[in-house]
Amino acid sequence: MSRVVFLEERCKGCMLCAELCPKKIIIQSTRINRQGYKVAEVSEMDTCTGCASCALICPDCAIRVFRSQKGEGA
Amino acid sequence: MRMNGERKFIKGNEAVGYGAMAAGLRCYFGYPITPQNEIPEFLSSALPAAGGEFVQAESELAAANMLLGAVSTGVRAMTSSSSPGISLMQEAISYMAGSELPGVIVNMNRGGPGLGDIGPAQGDYFQSTRGGGHGDYRTLVLAPSTCQEAYDMMIASFDLAFKYRNPVLMLGDGIIGGMKEPVTMWQPERPADHAEAWQVDGAAGREKRLIRSLRLDEGELAQHNRHLAAKYEAMKAEARAECFLTDDAELVVVAFGSMGRIAKSGIRKLRSEGFKVGLVRPITLYPFPADVLETLAAQGKRFLTIEQNTGQMVEDVRLAIRRHADSEFFGMMPGELPGAEDLMAPMLDAVRRK
Amino acid sequence: MAPDIDSITLARETAENVDLTPRPGETLVFDKPRSLRSQNTHYCPGCHHGVAHRLVAELLDEMELREKAIAVSSIGCSVFIYHYLDVDSIEAPHGRGPAAATGLKRARPESFVFTYQGDGDLASIGMAEIMHAANRGERISVVFVNNTVYGMTGGQMAPTTLIGQKTTTCPAGRCLEREGSPIRMAEIMASLGGVAYSARVSLDSVKNIRDAKKAMRRAFQVQTENIGFGFVEVLSGCPTNWRMDAVKANRRIRAEMIPYFPLGVYKDVNTLNPEGER
Repeated sequence: MSRVVFLEERCKGCMLCAELCPKKIIIQSTRINRQGYKVAEVSEMDTCTGCASCALICPDCAIRVFRSQKGEGA
Repeated sequence: MRMNGERKFIKGNEAVGYGAMAAGLRCYFGYPITPQNEIPEFLSSALPAAGGEFVQAESELAAANMLLGAVSTGVRAMTSSSSPGISLMQEAISYMAGSELPGVIVNMNRGGPGLGDIGPAQGDYFQSTRGGGHGDYRTLVLAPSTCQEAYDMMIASFDLAFKYRNPVLMLGDGIIGGMKEPVTMWQPERPADHAEAWQVDGAAGREKRLIRSLRLDEGELAQHNRHLAAKYEAMKAEARAECFLTDDAELVVVAFGSMGRIAKSGIRKLRSEGFKVGLVRPITLYPFPADVLETLAAQGKRFLTIEQNTGQMVEDVRLAIRRHADSEFFGMMPGELPGAEDLMAPMLDAVRRK
Repeated sequence: MAPDIDSITLARETAENVDLTPRPGETLVFDKPRSLRSQNTHYCPGCHHGVAHRLVAELLDEMELREKAIAVSSIGCSVFIYHYLDVDSIEAPHGRGPAAATGLKRARPESFVFTYQGDGDLASIGMAEIMHAANRGERISVVFVNNTVYGMTGGQMAPTTLIGQKTTTCPAGRCLEREGSPIRMAEIMASLGGVAYSARVSLDSVKNIRDAKKAMRRAFQVQTENIGFGFVEVLSGCPTNWRMDAVKANRRIRAEMIPYFPLGVYKDVNTLNPEGER
């Protein structure tokens, strides 16, 4: 199992991550950060494969990806 | 290159090259323009032979910005050009002033405005002493009157540039550049440049460094410009002038560079005829040696400013002496090669007119 | 209607307070590169400068160049790259990045020198400087961000603005007869003898981002291996000045930019030759 962590104060809510997520599990939350952006979040973390597409496209380096070690690995 | 004590019969442009080499020049960037071409021509072989870098740039814009890049690493570097090319360099000179970078620039002044002509002129006095580009800044300006002085001033230019972290301009003209004279080579004691404190050379084992002129934070530019102003104030200690027979003079002629030298010949002749004429030749144009002039003005002397333009330095002379006297003005035009006699006539007029 | 202040939920955590420690059995597989500083950028949401910055920073880390790097920032939105990369940097006047980089590299050949320039900076006001630095084969690397518009000044027409594209200075759309056609820099660079590597990449998809990093790596390598000048044109989105959201901007890159600015490696040589063979 894998998971992603969103650094919400870095997120600008551009939602490029949601567009590229193969599992389509990223949505815009209702939370607003100090910059005034509505931040992204993962709706079903259990489905996350740790592919890191979201982190790769994120212009603000707001996403960290953790992968469990029994999987494919990085 | 062995140079100590050697005497060479060379053009002023070559003296600039030799002087820069003696000062420890590492990089030269330039673009051909008359009447200063002997500078890049000389350095294109001498500098690489000494392990330095010579680049003929695609334009004066590029040459001056290459200079900006090179001096950011703390090396001694320079460019040279003549009036129209110096106009193109003003962008980088302004950026260097704002970024506090010690670039050295040589201008062998030719006639203008526009393409003008390729003969000697002093029409770039305002451009040189008022910053030249956009923004509120100054460059140190040195004005040689002989080939030897061109050599010596290159050494001074680099020392001053690093001392103040400020661009230094040497303002010669077509006469200085193209005239041949014996020049004594000498190797200076080089002061520490202290560039290690600010140069960019890779952020290894220290915080990263940034060289910039953009200052957007509130109050940041104001604070920076006050800092620059304080620096320009401190530069006033560098003001220098040659005083020739001024002690008993009734008339003080003020002239710089080639005109100062020719005026001096005229003054010698007038002295032999009994006329009490002296000369103040500003060696630094910025800072302007105002104190020297004011002291003489307070003694009741009269003034005549001679330039090879329609009246530029005369404004600085009048500012310097305004509490005691005024200055008359005589201007040669660009391309004219005055003899001592040409300058003696206005001196005679002025000294006889009590 | 004013929003009800009580209905706003604040974001949960500040970047500094997030726990990024892997749990048992986990590996952190995507992290911020060392060469990228942690402060937030000033870029608009969805702006691709952030991605390009991160790729540069990753390569500085992976190629162990951070401590010998000197970045030349250029005028435009990306002038502030010097705040985001943890390397020494200087700021060049508009368009003069390649000239300033030439001076840096000639003075310090042991340094790794690169410029990061936008399309107005590089392909308009700085055209002479980029052409001649490339043609001399300066051992520098250039990251050229092409988003078909002037960003910082508010969306004016750029030399790379597409025909028909509306900007604040060609409100009816760029017109071939009056404003000429968009300049293809990667192809022009490939034609110059001093260039060792020239490629065009895009940041619109995962695959293209991976390819972009490969291209940047090679553009850096031709400098570190003293082969010649390295150039990468990066097609990027500018949602704000394109007047669309980030997702639509990404689609525009695919639908409109890539057909006119084809992706690919236009030159990759191991030695320079006077004919400029590819």
